[in-house]
Amino acid sequence: MLLIECPWCGFREESEFRCGGEAHIVRPLDSESLSDAEWADYLFMRTNPKGRHRERWVHEHGCRRWFNVERDTVTHEILAVYRMGEHPPAEPATGGRRR
Amino acid sequence: MRYSILSLARNALTRHEHWPAAWRSPEPKQSYDVIIVGGGGHGLATAYYLAARHGVRNVAVLEKGWLGGGNTGRNTTIIRSNYLWDESAHLYEHSLKLYEGLSRELNFNIMLSQRGVLNLAHNLHDMRELARRVSANRLNGIDSEVLTPARIKAMVPILNTSPKVRYPVLGASLQRRGGVARHDAVAWGFARGADARGVDIIQNCEVTGIRQRDGVVEGVETSRGYIQARKVGVVVAGHASVLAAMAGFRLPIDSHPLQALVSEPIKPIHHSVVMSNAVHVYVSQSDKGELVIGAGIDGYNSYAQHGSFPVIEDQMGALVELFPIFSRLKMLRHWAGIVDTCPDASPIISKTPVKHLYFNCGWGTGGFKATPGSGWVFAHTIAHDAPHALNAAFTLDRFTSGALVDEHGAAAVAH
Repeated sequence: MLLIECPWCGFREESEFRCGGEAHIVRPLDSESLSDAEWADYLFMRTNPKGRHRERWVHEHGCRRWFNVERDTVTHEILAVYRMGEHPPAEPATGGRRR
Repeated sequence: MRYSILSLARNALTRHEHWPAAWRSPEPKQSYDVIIVGGGGHGLATAYYLAARHGVRNVAVLEKGWLGGGNTGRNTTIIRSNYLWDESAHLYEHSLKLYEGLSRELNFNIMLSQRGVLNLAHNLHDMRELARRVSANRLNGIDSEVLTPARIKAMVPILNTSPKVRYPVLGASLQRRGGVARHDAVAWGFARGADARGVDIIQNCEVTGIRQRDGVVEGVETSRGYIQARKVGVVVAGHASVLAAMAGFRLPIDSHPLQALVSEPIKPIHHSVVMSNAVHVYVSQSDKGELVIGAGIDGYNSYAQHGSFPVIEDQMGALVELFPIFSRLKMLRHWAGIVDTCPDASPIISKTPVKHLYFNCGWGTGGFKATPGSGWVFAHTIAHDAPHALNAAFTLDRFTSGALVDEHGAAAVAH
């Protein structure tokens, strides 16, 4: 069970949340001028990294708000939590949890 | 050495102390015609069919751990072919037919038990989808039938078919040719068959890089040095994206844990395979007597081979809802594999942007049933540098063309 810190509600159990997949995928503004390959890249292709991963979560059974989480996909350690629209934290020199 | 009643008797006389190893453990050569990355069932089947059907014998299978130690050894061993769409139905049915002859072909008992697979329906929508899928299966020559609750009860007396429960069982599809097989034996049988035909199986050899020049693959960097190859086939399940990154492209894949568990062994009580998408659990009983129980993936990306406990709690709740008799059963072991989920719940068996580099991935939660068929078509794809008719629809290009094979109905939950 992950313990996730919602930016608005604080620490809650994982079962209150849903993971919304990779974060910072921006919808192209000029979608009508994209090639099929570019559109496929936006729509389907994912980084799916082994290690540090930035993803969106929603506090579905709580405040129902979305936010970003930086998490290690090998240890499941949550490295950072930050709000939508905020910049992701810079890469730390070593591991460890920050806000 | 050919396994037979005679070889068994002969070895019994020497107290079974002189059985030869089932495959060699050679040092890697400097170069191969084909390197298969990943020594699970799919990779070993690919190597076997390359050697047995296409005469390509200068082949190495590179496995970072031990044979069948990934998802091949972690699945719930269910085999069926009752998929909705023609493309999937043809591929999985081909695989099931190969399974039916596999023990004989490999001279290795894979303990195939065609005990019947039931997919339960719990609401009107389930029933409509189920009837549609059964009809589609029958048009594709796949045995499939609809059962009423009374017939389900006759077949699985311990199943709770009371109409008074929250999600009553309204019906089921049954594929009688479906069932289970011994998953380790599938890997070992293919390994032994491939080795006998000259394939080098190299364990504890992790691929750390894919070398290419002018868009053509040249070989792989490994934990045991650089190995040259004319062609490279990657079939690494949950790590597909990691290998794709080494080659410089991305895949439409997310890796998730899929958890499973077994109960303490009990006397034979559950003789078929029961799967429920709506209540969400699937269960069979192994020859050892353990119930083998699985359900859905954890919701987040992971490479950790373990998941979160609420997922287990949910599937135990579903199990007890369907089978109240299991409520006091203790669970014995619990694990997870890392599955490579695709947006349309269908696999990718395909050429890639790098010439002579091929990927077989995206099987998600349901790859075991496809092991021989997957190896068959992937071997063809590598040998001919072009897909077989059976995997022509399962290219990486489909995400650009939009010709997806949406099998969420038949595949997303129930394996």
